[in-house]
Amino acid sequence: MEFFDTLIVLLQSTVRLSVPLILAALAGLMSERAGIFDIGLEGKMLGAAFGGGAVAAVTQSAWLGLGAAVLVSVGLALVHAFASITQRGNQIVSGVAINFIAAGATVILGQAWFRQGGRTPPLSSDARFTTVDLPFAEAVADVPILGSIYSNLLSGHYILTYVAFLMVPFIWWVLFRTRFGLRLRAVGENPGAVDTAGISVIWMRYRAVICCGILCGVAGAYLSLCMTAGFVKGMTAGKGFIALAALIFAKWKPVNVMLACLLFGFLDAAAIRMQGNSLPLIGEIPSQFMQALPYILTVILLAGFIGKAIPPKAGGVPYVKER
Amino acid sequence: MSDIAIELKGIDKSFGPVRANHDINMAVRKGTIHGIIGENGAGKSTLMSILYGFYKADDGDIFVDGRKVEITSSSVAIDLGIGMVHQHFMLVENFSVLENVMLGAEEGQILNAGIQNARADLKRLETDYGLDVDPDAIIEELPVGIQQRVEILKALYRRAEILILDEPTGVLTPAEADHLFRILRQLKDQGKTIILITHKLREIMAITDEVSVMRRGEMVATRTTSETSVEELAELMVGRRVLLRVEKGAANPGEVMLSVENLSVRDSRGVDMVKNVSLDVRAGEIVGIAGVAGNGQSELLQAISGIRRAKTGRVILDGEPIHVTGEADPNSLRHRGLAHVPEDRHHMGLVLAFEEAENTILGYHDDPKYLNGIFLNIDAIRADAAEKCELYDIRPPNVRLKTANFSGGNQQKIVLAREMERDPKVIIIGQPTRGVDVGAIEFIHKRIIEMRDAGKAVLLVSVELDEIRSLSDRVLVMFDGKIVGERSPDASEGELGLLMAGISDQGEAAQ
Amino acid sequence: MSAPYAKLPGWVDYGVIPLVNLIVAFLVAGLVVLLVGQSPIRAASLLIEGAFGYGEGIGFTLFYATNFIFTGLAVAIAFHCGLFNIGGEGQAYVAGLGVVLPCLWLDATMPWYVTIIAVVFGSSLMGALWALIPGYLQAKRGSHVVITTIMFNFIASSLMVYLLVDVLKPAGSMAPETRTFLEGGQLPKLGWLMNILGLDIGGAPFNLSFFIALIASFIVWVVVWRTRLGYQIRTMGFSPTAARYAGMKEARIIVITMMISGALAGMMAINPIMGDQHRMQLDFVGGAGFVGIAVALMGRSHPVGIIPAAILFGVLYQGGAEISFEMPEISRDMIVIIQGLVILFAGAMEHMFRPAIARLFTTLTAASKPPQTAETE
Repeated sequence: MEFFDTLIVLLQSTVRLSVPLILAALAGLMSERAGIFDIGLEGKMLGAAFGGGAVAAVTQSAWLGLGAAVLVSVGLALVHAFASITQRGNQIVSGVAINFIAAGATVILGQAWFRQGGRTPPLSSDARFTTVDLPFAEAVADVPILGSIYSNLLSGHYILTYVAFLMVPFIWWVLFRTRFGLRLRAVGENPGAVDTAGISVIWMRYRAVICCGILCGVAGAYLSLCMTAGFVKGMTAGKGFIALAALIFAKWKPVNVMLACLLFGFLDAAAIRMQGNSLPLIGEIPSQFMQALPYILTVILLAGFIGKAIPPKAGGVPYVKER
Repeated sequence: MSDIAIELKGIDKSFGPVRANHDINMAVRKGTIHGIIGENGAGKSTLMSILYGFYKADDGDIFVDGRKVEITSSSVAIDLGIGMVHQHFMLVENFSVLENVMLGAEEGQILNAGIQNARADLKRLETDYGLDVDPDAIIEELPVGIQQRVEILKALYRRAEILILDEPTGVLTPAEADHLFRILRQLKDQGKTIILITHKLREIMAITDEVSVMRRGEMVATRTTSETSVEELAELMVGRRVLLRVEKGAANPGEVMLSVENLSVRDSRGVDMVKNVSLDVRAGEIVGIAGVAGNGQSELLQAISGIRRAKTGRVILDGEPIHVTGEADPNSLRHRGLAHVPEDRHHMGLVLAFEEAENTILGYHDDPKYLNGIFLNIDAIRADAAEKCELYDIRPPNVRLKTANFSGGNQQKIVLAREMERDPKVIIIGQPTRGVDVGAIEFIHKRIIEMRDAGKAVLLVSVELDEIRSLSDRVLVMFDGKIVGERSPDASEGELGLLMAGISDQGEAAQ
Repeated sequence: MSAPYAKLPGWVDYGVIPLVNLIVAFLVAGLVVLLVGQSPIRAASLLIEGAFGYGEGIGFTLFYATNFIFTGLAVAIAFHCGLFNIGGEGQAYVAGLGVVLPCLWLDATMPWYVTIIAVVFGSSLMGALWALIPGYLQAKRGSHVVITTIMFNFIASSLMVYLLVDVLKPAGSMAPETRTFLEGGQLPKLGWLMNILGLDIGGAPFNLSFFIALIASFIVWVVVWRTRLGYQIRTMGFSPTAARYAGMKEARIIVITMMISGALAGMMAINPIMGDQHRMQLDFVGGAGFVGIAVALMGRSHPVGIIPAAILFGVLYQGGAEISFEMPEISRDMIVIIQGLVILFAGAMEHMFRPAIARLFTTLTAASKPPQTAETE
């Protein structure tokens, strides 16, 4: 049963590692489906992580930290929205700018306010989220296989983890079963159709970007309030870009996003697990290769070798009334 | 309750110095099909955009059902019962028919609640008006004719009482167009008011009750359709203008230099824009193609010059074929003596951000006389550009000035100087005097004649009928992707106007 | 274009508007300084002093500027073709191999002026190769070059870490870096040159690669504005339709441009590796690829603008180090914020102030304006 236990542990890590990816990728999904490209997921997550860690440290409340994280992320998202929608600027450039601003500001402010080398103070267990056990987890723990799955894999996660996974069907539902989602998808494919139906393209896009901000905020909060007890400089470590890669890999569909993020999370977990160990036949795979794998896969996808990745038709183009 | 569905009084609209609509007065009676006819640039689309809330008129009033209204946005227009079927469909391609119809009129936040009602409504509309569409079909998989039905359904779904159709038959086959007219008649019978914008006389005569003619931003006449004729409308549409007659000797045509055989071109929407066109241009003659814009002239020129791939057909340049259906290369065509003055001067013929001298070599940048090995010989280029400035009276004669700063007429002269001074065998020209001031027009016309007299073969496309008539030795008229007739330039405007509006030599049956 | 496009004279377009964008970026940065409870004025004066106040400071400023000239040129030439090459960071990182391998091979037997030839060739080749795939994918398959170059940045990072740790590290050493080069792999410093100007740059690693950067700037200018290739690049960047009309081979131009861009970014590696540390270490690029974006945007993609912009960022880096000594709250990361703000204002919102400036300008020159000719389009 050692193999099974190893598998469970691996899957646990997978879940843990893929949560911020899922949230950030869903955030990107909302924005890009509405036609606003978002390279700035990384920056928003980072800023949110900082905001969450800082406020939680000061107020000793994880929930207030979460709120702050969302506010920071939405703030950065609005800057992106202003530049992209109102100023009709280059969306890629704007996203890149936000990443830098967040990277620098989080450290500067962190150092100035907490004087701990750019990090926020470690959070006590009141000030952060703790894991939650599902009912009967203890009781069934000894049941072979199923019990282990229930008590180790399904139970025992942070509340934000459950939120992240619930977000997948929720976002799916919003996009495909509500008026808001219909209009959001329309505005990313043919803003003219939305405009002539009497709906404001600008307001629609702003709302999409705000949704993106909220989800990135939760992603960032997860990093500093769940995964680690506090903000650490540069803690997103490229997760925002992996989320972007996952989004493209998933061809902008919610359920696929979850699967892609789980896949990339799994690769990350496997890389950590395999460090120093050899695989039969292949020998030791450099951990760096595993780290690079999500990016390599995305490039292969973009090259058209795993089917076509067709972004929303009006993506990246500021809307100007024709004629 | 008024008898008049829509009334426009004194509508003015300008875009900068361009007067798109000037003092427009129009009354559309309820339960009629009212046509608006005019050439491109006449101002029809602008007027309807004002009515639909896309633009705000600078001056004037709009009355709907006898009440004065302010149409500030499309949603206001929709609330007033005005629906529009655009020339370029406003549909989300990867949505279903149902989703497109519901967009903006979803009846509540949760879609499912409204979907049942929407389906029922849609079914009812379809049966009432004969607009059969599968509600779950995806738009991009539907033929263009069916897509248009969805556009109409969208408007009807929102309880439009007044329906505006902007050039609806441009993308339809004759059979589809007839079906559309049946639908329109049915809508009229149900009490709807329809405004039909078109440049096709056949359509006007076929289904409208009244017709308003627009020309150059003004409303020139309104007639009851049954009391007028195609000839009268054609003349009103095209108008008697002062002919800019250029001094022109007799032509002395020689060998056939350009031969187009059965050329067909399909555009990215899958619509055949050029249908089986054949024509010849001889050395020393000017063949002019008249026609309202959008009838395939642009695609024809682009195919001949190698910019756009043709579907079928052949083009022969000075005895040797151009691979128009394959890898025709604009560069090699230039080397073979084909010069091209494109219709779109701003995006294709020039790079506005370049200095004037840099545009002088566009397309000819591999000519050794401009080069020093891999380097550009800036002095030679500037000297050449300066020479051309003198020859063509380009003002200001500053070859280092950014091209965007030159006036339209001078920009066009830059393009012409570049293409004409290469001593080409064949030169194809599109809209040579669009946006050009009167003084430059005369100069440009003279140069075109000089090209002819020097033995070049000239193919000229223009929407300005008098330009075609004054320059051409032979006039071809293009309508709906086909050459519908050939005339001498001395043919009357009325006669040419008829051809341009679709009444061909074979009579009304042709489309 | 959507924003009101008043026809402003060149010096306003290229001088005033970028300056305004820069000033706004600095003002916002100043706000951040205030937020941290420090004086922006004091920070600014420390910055200037650190960068210019003494010889060593100037030396460091120019040393950093060298990096940014290369990466700025790289981004700029891609911009001219309408492409956004964010991959300079990865291209420079991989190009490190092109510096290290010739040096390791030749440093015992050849003098630096022979090694440098191989190094220039090697680094530009490696950089070009790293940009080739994204360029090719954009040209032939329409894959967005922004996404692919970002991905390649990460792949480069993983690749180079692996190589440094597992392959290039001398046996028995703990540090993930190559062995130190001997004399044949060391570029001379330019202290003697600065001495002539009356400055003593002390230990600053300002070295010969600065001149390579200047030469590269000149070559870029020549290529973009004085060769047939550059003409094609600019045409494509301004109007792909016109490029098509002119019979230019679009795919070929895109690939060549990306390769040149990668080569320029690659040459950046010469400065820290052969000019300063004399060995390759982890992350020697240190963000220079991204600064290049800000430099190119500020310098309006022209070498004449890029060089001052690169020096400005060199000032920020060096001055920033100074600030972080005296004002520990404001570390080097302040520079990253400014970099971001410059990119934001000069890149994404470059036309935000245009209407106001245009109005101001027309009011000031209200005297004589030629009447506008009526144009119908």
